[in-house]
Amino acid sequence: MRRNRWRGTILFTVILVVMGTTIGLKLYGLGETVAPQAGAAASPSALPSAGSTATAPATPSATSAAPSTTKVVAGVVEQTPYGPVQVEVTFDGTKLVGVRELQSPSDDRRSVSINRQASPILAKEVLASQSAKVDTVSGATYTSEGYKQSVQSAIDQL
Amino acid sequence: MRYLESVMGIPMSIDIRDPGDHGDAARDAFAVLAAADARFSTYLTTSEVSAVNRGEVTADRYSDELREVIEIGTQAADQSGGAFRIRMADGRLDLDGVVKGWAAARAVETLERAGVHNFCLNAGGDVAVVGSPEPPAPWNVGVRSPGDPAQMLAVLAVADAAVATSGAYERGQHIVDGRTGETARGLTSATVVAGDLTTADVLATAVFARGLDGPDWARAHGARGVLALTDDGTLVIVGDLTFACPPKLPL
Repeated sequence: MRRNRWRGTILFTVILVVMGTTIGLKLYGLGETVAPQAGAAASPSALPSAGSTATAPATPSATSAAPSTTKVVAGVVEQTPYGPVQVEVTFDGTKLVGVRELQSPSDDRRSVSINRQASPILAKEVLASQSAKVDTVSGATYTSEGYKQSVQSAIDQL
Repeated sequence: MRYLESVMGIPMSIDIRDPGDHGDAARDAFAVLAAADARFSTYLTTSEVSAVNRGEVTADRYSDELREVIEIGTQAADQSGGAFRIRMADGRLDLDGVVKGWAAARAVETLERAGVHNFCLNAGGDVAVVGSPEPPAPWNVGVRSPGDPAQMLAVLAVADAAVATSGAYERGQHIVDGRTGETARGLTSATVVAGDLTTADVLATAVFARGLDGPDWARAHGARGVLALTDDGTLVIVGDLTFACPPKLPL
C-alpha cells in the first residue's frame, strides 16, 4: 500500500519534471539546437548506443501530429564537486528519444549513456548521484582473499 | 558501529546506527551467515550440499533449509526461462546464486528480531538496508563500476529495501546463461532493487544471465527497479529507482 503510493508519487513527479523541462527548454531556448548529426536521417537513431536497448519495448507515448524531425539539444554545463556534467538530449518531434552524456565527472573513460526511456532529468540525477556520499557499495568489491576485508571496510566508509 | 567478518570467503559488514551496543545482535547475524555457508558450500566437503552431490543424501532426507533454497532456485529457473539455474551440467547442485542473498535476508531478520531498527548489511556486495543512517535520510548505496571498484555507476537512495549486483568484473565469476550453457552476454553489470535480499540477489543473477532483455523481465518478476550497464556502455534504467543527491548540486 505504502509502496504503491510512493510509486505513484514518483511517477507523477517524473512526468511533471519531464513536461516542465521540455516546456522550459522550448520557452527559454536553453541550449541552441545543434545541427542534426550526420546520417541521422539514414540511421535508426542519432544515438549510437540507442540500438542496444532495442529489445526493450518502446515507451508508449502520445501519438502527436507533430512532424517527425530529429533535434539534438545540448544541456547546460552543470558544475559538480567532481567536475562538469553535460548531457545532450535527442527529440523526435516533441518526443524525447535519447540522452547522451557529453561531459561527466567520471574518470571512467567508458562512455556511459542513458537508455532512451529515461528523461533528461533522470539522466542528470544519475550523473549527479555519482558524487553523492556513499554509505555502502553494491557489487563485489574484492579481487583476492588477502585484502578484501580492508577494501570492503574502506568502501563502506567512502 | 560497523562490524566486519569474513564469511563464505567473502567480506561482510553490518553497520548499525542505533544508539547503544548491538554487538550480540551482529554476532548472531554473522552466525546465521556462517551456518548457511556450512550447509550450502560446495567447497566444504562437510556441507549438506556436498553430501547431496556425492549421492549420500536422498531428496527425502534434505533439511528444511535445503528444500527452501532449492524451491526458491527452481522457481527462479522456471520464471527466467532457464537462464538462471541451480544445477550444473552434470546435475550436481550449485546453489550459490541463491544462498548468499537468502542467508543475508535471514541475517537481516535476525537483526530485526533483536530490536535493531537502523542498519545496513553488506554481504559481499549484496546490500540490505533498514531504517535510516541518520533520520530522515535514506541509505546511499553506491553501485560500483565494473571497471573500477572505487568508481560508482550511480548512487541509489534506498529505504527499507535490498540491492544486489551481478557483474562481469569479478575474476573467476562467470555467470552462465542456462539456456545456452555459455557465458552470459549483453550486460556488464546488473543491479536489482527489491523488497528483500533473496529476491534482489536471485533477480540480479537472472538479469545478468538473460542479458539485454533481463531488466524488463525482472521488473515483471518482483524487482522494484533495475540499473544495468550494457556491453556497449549504455546505462539502462527500468522501474522505480531513486538516485542519491550530491552535495551542493542544483537540481
